[in-house]
This record gives sequence, structure tokens and C-alpha cells, in this order.
Amino acid sequence: MKRQIPLLIVIILGFIFAIHTFVPHKVSADFFDWYQTWIKAISPFMVLLGIMSLTMVHSTKIKRKVPNWQYSVVTLLSLVGTGAVGFIWGTQEGTPFMWLFKNVQMPMGATMFSLLAFYIASAAYKAFRARSAEATVLLVAAMIVMLGQVPIGIKISKWIPEISSWILNVPNLAAKRGIALGVGLGMTATSLKILLGIERTYLGGGD
Amino acid sequence: MSFETISNFIAAFFTLSIFSFLYKDNPFYKFAEAVFIGVSMGYAIPLIYKDVFTPFVYRPIFVESKFWILIPALMGSLYVFRFSKNLSWLSRYPIVFGMAIVGMGVPLSMHSYVLVQMRSAMLPFDNINTILIFIGTVSILLYFFFSREHKGVYGKVTNVGIWYMMVGFGASFGYTVMARISLLIGRIQFLLGDCLGLVK
Repeated sequence: MKRQIPLLIVIILGFIFAIHTFVPHKVSADFFDWYQTWIKAISPFMVLLGIMSLTMVHSTKIKRKVPNWQYSVVTLLSLVGTGAVGFIWGTQEGTPFMWLFKNVQMPMGATMFSLLAFYIASAAYKAFRARSAEATVLLVAAMIVMLGQVPIGIKISKWIPEISSWILNVPNLAAKRGIALGVGLGMTATSLKILLGIERTYLGGGD
Repeated sequence: MSFETISNFIAAFFTLSIFSFLYKDNPFYKFAEAVFIGVSMGYAIPLIYKDVFTPFVYRPIFVESKFWILIPALMGSLYVFRFSKNLSWLSRYPIVFGMAIVGMGVPLSMHSYVLVQMRSAMLPFDNINTILIFIGTVSILLYFFFSREHKGVYGKVTNVGIWYMMVGFGASFGYTVMARISLLIGRIQFLLGDCLGLVK
């Protein structure tokens, strides 16, 4: 029963929502509004789960004194410190909370993502060394698209921005459309599997 | 030393600590990474409390006296049993309640990802680009059909699909590189301009 009742909730509510998409009746719309109110009341507790998970992982590392456990202390202090600063001084502009965002979180987030520029360059070099026709097509397309977005592209040739635009609007569109159709069919199939109770991995292990 | 200079110094320290990973993994990077994880998660807590918990849980129950909101709130609190060995089954209730939305996902994903895309692909063949897009879409779909071996004429058609996908991936790759490079330029401008005052 510990698995059957949750499964039954998904199946019954799932079919009600599938019908709701086709039947825009007031009763159906009211039911959906009620469901959204419930979901909004449930959602903040998901963050609680995330905080608990992070705290448990790092406190276990500290307790067992695993290699580099000192960084877990830093993580937990940063977590508690940022949260406390937000609760004590508020989250408005000009507070220590926003100072932490502007001078700690935002610079590190941007730098983390900018690191990828170096790894992408390294990956492009490795792909070019493979010397396959497909890898060459990929790199030539990438080069033209990049040059088409910057002023130097039009200085090299007036055709570069036009070829770049053609690549984006024709072969790229066909590729994206083919993949989107596959993704859509996959999503529909997976949703149907959940709805019919065939896919049950989200219930987790145990009884 | 002004407050702004100290702030810039701290931001520069974390920026350089992250960049130091390009050389190799080191204590500065590990420290910055640990701070980043903690601050990112800590940043979400007051915001979720203010923007989600207060308007949708606290205010309805304690200000508007809508006590029935206690039911979903209690259901949400069952998430914490995910870590219990004997009571983890209780955490399935808030999960399945959210999962039920897949019922809506069946017709909506079919509509937005399949039917709309098919309608956009079925245009009159009045110019070469429309024909090329049609050939590309069909050959890519055939490439992902694995119930038949990719050889002979069929293999040649699926090969066309691979070439289309390579051009598509190249375009996406180019765009990603541009986005990352612009972030990198932003960080270098910060270090050389805001911190050292070498660039205006």
C-alpha cells in the first residue's frame, strides 16, 4: 500500500489534468487553481530538502574527517552565514545580503562559466585533430557563426554575416526541428509511462 | 581604503581563485568552490522564505485564517522523511502530488514539440531553403530510427542527417563560445578596470 496509494494519486490526478487540457470547463479550471495553490504551499519544503541534503553530506564529511574536510566547514559556514545575513538585514538593495550577492556569488558564478571558454577551445582543438569530415563541418560552421556576430567578420568578407545567417536559418533550423520532434515524442512517451504507472522510479526504492 | 575598494578586492580574490583552476586544482580554488556552494544555497533560503513561504504558506494560515492550507504545508513537510530509513515512504506523497502534472504534459508536449514543429515543416516547396529544411528534418528523424540498420540507400539518407546535425551543433557551439567569451571579457574588464584602473 505504501507504493500503490501514491501511484493511484498520480494516475487519477494525471488523467484529470489530461482531460482538463481538452475541457476548459469552470469546474475543471477551479480544480486546477486549487491544485496550484497546494503546489505553491508544498514547494518551499523542497528547499528544506536541499538544505538538509547539503548539511548532511558535509557534516558527515566533517565527522569522518575525510580528506579536505576543512572545505566542508567553509561550505556550511557560508550557507549559514548567507542565510542569517538575509534574515537579519533583509534582502533589499543596499543590505549585506545584496553585497554578498554582488561581490561573492555573482563574480564567482560568472568566472565559473567563463572558465568554460578555455575548455571549449581545448575541445575544439581536439576535435580538429580528429580530422574527420564531420568534425571539420562542425568547426567551419562554428567559425562562420562566430565571425558573423562580430565586427571583424564583415571586414573579412561581406558574405560572412549572410552565410552565418543562412546557417542559422536553414541547416541549423532543420537540425533543431528534427531533434525537437524526437524530444517531443520522447517526452510524450515518458509522460504516458508515468501516467499509466509503467515508469515508477520517481517513487524511490524500498517498500 | 574605501569600502568599494575592499569589495572589489574580495570579488577579485574569488575571481582569481576560480581562474587558478586553469593551472591545476589547488587550495584557493577549493576554498572558493566551497564558499560558492554555501553562498548560492544560503542565498536561496531568505528569498524562498520571503517570496514563496510567506505569501503561500504563512500569510494564508496566520493572517487570512485559511487553515486548510495546513494540509499541503504538512504534506510538504513530509519531504524531510526522505532521509529516514523506515519512514521514507511518507516523502512519496508530496512527490507524487507534484508529479501528477505530467497528465497535462502529454497533450502539451505533443502539441508544442511535435504538432507545431510538423506544421512549421510542412510549407510549400516554393524556394530552395524550404526544400533543404524539409530534407534535413526528415533525414535527422530517419537517423534516430534505430529499428532499421543504417546501410545502403537508407544509410546514405541518415548520413545526410548527420551532416545537418553537425552544422546545427557547430552553430550552437559557436553561440556557446561567444557567450562564454563575453563572460570572460566581463571578468577581465573587472580585474583590469574596476580593480586596477588600467582600462576605462
